[in-house]
Amino acid sequence: MPMFSNEARHKQQAVFDLLFRNLTRVSAFGVLALLAAIIASLVVGSMPAIHAFGFGFLTSSDWDPVNDKFGALIPIIGTLITSGIALIIAIPVSFGIAIFLTELSPRILRRPLGIAVELLAGIPSIIYGMWGLFVFAPLFGDYVEPWLNKHVGTMPYLGPFFSGPPMGIGMLTAGIILAIMVIPFIASVMRDVFDVVPTLLKESAYGLGATTWEVMWNVVLPYTKVGVAGGIMLGLGRALGETMAITFVIGNAHELSQSLLMPGNSISSALANEFTEAVGDLYTSSLIELGLILFFITFVVLSIARYMLYKLGQREGQAA
Amino acid sequence: MNIETIANPKIIIKDLNFYYGNYRALKDINLSIAEKMVTAFIGPSGCGKSTLLRTFNRMYQLYPQQKATGEIMLDGANILDSKQDLNMLRAKIGMVFQKPTPFPMSIYDNIAFGVKLYENLNKHDMEARVEWALKKAALWGEVKDKLKQSGTGLSGGQQQRLCIARAIAVKPQVLLLDEPTSALDPISTAHIEKLIDELKEDFTIVIVTHNMQQAARISDYTAYMYLGDLIELGETSTVFTNPKRKETEDYITGRFG
Repeated sequence: MPMFSNEARHKQQAVFDLLFRNLTRVSAFGVLALLAAIIASLVVGSMPAIHAFGFGFLTSSDWDPVNDKFGALIPIIGTLITSGIALIIAIPVSFGIAIFLTELSPRILRRPLGIAVELLAGIPSIIYGMWGLFVFAPLFGDYVEPWLNKHVGTMPYLGPFFSGPPMGIGMLTAGIILAIMVIPFIASVMRDVFDVVPTLLKESAYGLGATTWEVMWNVVLPYTKVGVAGGIMLGLGRALGETMAITFVIGNAHELSQSLLMPGNSISSALANEFTEAVGDLYTSSLIELGLILFFITFVVLSIARYMLYKLGQREGQAA
Repeated sequence: MNIETIANPKIIIKDLNFYYGNYRALKDINLSIAEKMVTAFIGPSGCGKSTLLRTFNRMYQLYPQQKATGEIMLDGANILDSKQDLNMLRAKIGMVFQKPTPFPMSIYDNIAFGVKLYENLNKHDMEARVEWALKKAALWGEVKDKLKQSGTGLSGGQQQRLCIARAIAVKPQVLLLDEPTSALDPISTAHIEKLIDELKEDFTIVIVTHNMQQAARISDYTAYMYLGDLIELGETSTVFTNPKRKETEDYITGRFG
């Protein structure tokens, strides 16, 4: 009897193990299949638009649902410009945060400050959007944009980018809100890679009489440049795909304007705004193609980021 | 101890105490470092010899919990005085560490980095300075054709000589060496020891070492430390052949430590 029950249990376990193994395998490959299915459906869905407009879709600034003429130039430019503004602001601020957290902050403040920065990343993007629209944009339109108009708007080369009615919402506002959203990502990656810099290397530079800034800029940053670039790419990936916050503050206008104070459009906000209203196959298909383009851009950026972080990991292995 | 026996002191330490938080790591140290000589600090791990070395350029100040009290006089000025300009102090006192720490830049820039912090040399003078430092560090012959290559590509021994060149390029008066050969193979170690012997013509050298034979080979004076106390300081030949204190003898003869 005991023999038999043991055997039965054995069999049962073997079956369970087999089941479990296959379940995990299905889960893992399921994700891959899902990814492939998403790409496939994006490609299939955008076929009508690809047939109708070809590569001209990328360079045309038309967006005319009435006459069924569509082009992706404005949203692509909007996405790239808002993300670019976000990085221009976020990179130096994140660098400052990371320097403070790794080198200058008193030990007791390090953890709370670090956690606070990471918590910023956890705020739902719609909250950033609401705050941007109801609090930040009015203040920005009342105080900052008139100042920009008056002082920067009259400069020779920069001027055209900063002139126009101070409405509060627009590309610049969207870029600034995006910057706030990506800072926690970039800052925490920078902090983590700065933390792995060998103490002796920093002490060598301090020992020559370098200041904290000289040590960070000339020694720590070159030592960690791959990781820092990876962090920036992660932030960029997030900025490119961000939808809700941007939709609230970018103004959603299909216009190509040189001024950053003017409303514009980004790929993601165009999708969020127009999908429900899209009538006609070509309209829907054009929006899907926009999605495909965004997918492609983000995919490339994230791949570069992964690759850079991978290279950093490799070098750490060598150093140890 | 026998401060008075040192004829020409460059650094005079009086009643130096050092604390890691509440832990007292150095206890009332009194000692002198002879000018243009090699002084070695020996003793078992945790005796405070590296800690003592790191007070000379106030490296400990990077860490808020660490503090030193007492006096370290260099050319008549107290190093520990809070009015002492740290960067100028570190221009006078160079340091080389346990492991080679080339900066992530070219060999040339590794040397020029420190010089640029203090001097505004034109290209020609800077090149001359880099060459001078590399020659002093006995590295010029091996790297003169690849100055633009990264310093991290050199061998361990070459990297450590690069670090010595980097330290002396600033033209310091004192050179602190914190176990400079502990990560190196015997041949590289021999190179560095020979180099130290040559460098003492121009610099006052203080070296911390785990290796007693090394201390015996290269130093003029030896200080034996134990648990934060300076047990004995004397001419190296005396300390190693005829130590005054029993503790020193026990350590040197290998009965302890």
